[in-house]
Amino acid sequence: MAAGIVVAGASLGGLRAAEHLRAAGWTGRITVVGEEPHMPYNRPPLSKEVLSGKAPFASLAFTPKPATADVEWRLGTRITAARLDERTVTLDDGSLLPYDGLVVATGMRPRRLRCPGPLAGRHTVRTLDDARRLRDELTRPGVRVVVVGAGFIGCEVAATAVALGVAEVTVVDPLPLPMAGPLGELLGRALLKRHEERGVRFVLGAGVAGFHGDERVTGVELSDGTVLAADVVVESVGSQANTEWLEGNGLDLSDGVLTDESLRVGGRPEVVAVGDVARFPNARYDGVPRRVEHWSIPTDTAKHAAKTLVGAGPGPFAPLPTFWSDQHDFRLQSFGAPALGLADVRVLDGDPAGDVLVGYHADDRLVGVVALGGQPAARLAARYRAHLLQQPALTA
Amino acid sequence: MKVVVDMNKCQDHGQCVFAAPDVFTMDDDGHLLYVPDPDDALRDEVEEAADVCPLQAIRIEG
Repeated sequence: MAAGIVVAGASLGGLRAAEHLRAAGWTGRITVVGEEPHMPYNRPPLSKEVLSGKAPFASLAFTPKPATADVEWRLGTRITAARLDERTVTLDDGSLLPYDGLVVATGMRPRRLRCPGPLAGRHTVRTLDDARRLRDELTRPGVRVVVVGAGFIGCEVAATAVALGVAEVTVVDPLPLPMAGPLGELLGRALLKRHEERGVRFVLGAGVAGFHGDERVTGVELSDGTVLAADVVVESVGSQANTEWLEGNGLDLSDGVLTDESLRVGGRPEVVAVGDVARFPNARYDGVPRRVEHWSIPTDTAKHAAKTLVGAGPGPFAPLPTFWSDQHDFRLQSFGAPALGLADVRVLDGDPAGDVLVGYHADDRLVGVVALGGQPAARLAARYRAHLLQQPALTA
Repeated sequence: MKVVVDMNKCQDHGQCVFAAPDVFTMDDDGHLLYVPDPDDALRDEVEEAADVCPLQAIRIEG
């Protein structure tokens, strides 16, 4: 087993995979290959504390654990291909890296708008370097920002821009309410009101047709012909999986990489996937494989996948998803899978105008709770966590 | 084992309370309280608590 384990991807999932491989008893070589030049760092502050300048970039790095001191980090290196039958990956310098075990942890990248117009002035927020570049632009005086996409990242960026003193912050989305896809109409309406009260303008039900400007963006043209003046555009229109390097191996890469209930890829005992690139069935719900883009998932999947890879035979994978989002002076805190219960949404406590706790149901069973507000709402949500853990699985 | 929480970083997410309830608790206002010198038998759960902290505010010494 001289080749050791190759971890493809050096973000949180890759880091936790290396740590949990050691914890699960793997003493052989571990090589982590990452495209970014940075050691693994924490991404949630990018759209908030890093963008606002409250967190120095250096404060984002994860603290190294003694057990992973001998892990080899190959940063600034991209994997371009994999041959699973031969147990090798190809690096961007053309060299082959053999492995005994492979962890797929290459994550996601932002989807980009394919519209006519200049590229300069258009940003995404996924990496440290993205956040730095956007911060430099948002702190220029008198700048006008258009955020395309009213999801979590878009709304967080809009809130941070307002806090930075940006006078014109406009969010555009084809859907009628912000964050309504994952959270439903009730919270979507409450969030729209809160953002508007704090200075964010929304243009909803509108798609983007193109960008104006010669060398640099000066405006965003909407599908109805309206043009919004913009010095800076932030595209937060979802993400796509970094799986091109796995093509040609007969894998299901239709949305991330499909795994079994043990996070194994392609039925191979020596290949596992972790983090938001993994599309896995969750025994807690209905057996339908899904990708989950929550902060907690890289750690949850890495722990389970590491045991699978070293043959420690973990039980069925059944994480309780959890996410949060800080926007302006309020927090969203979620436990469970609200998106599976959008057809039956009930206020469990409080009032959408203030602190509120919302329950999401499927087959009359509580599958997720989301709190909106301050500390009291988050505490209420936490109280439901144990209840969610005790719910029987949904049938497929 | 010594546990140090950077209270300037802590934003009271409470994930550590789920991971290590013997060490981390929330007071009535939802603010974090913790045992700074827990028994070594609790090391695994304290390490888990440090890993799941969204702010990475928990440090284990010794």
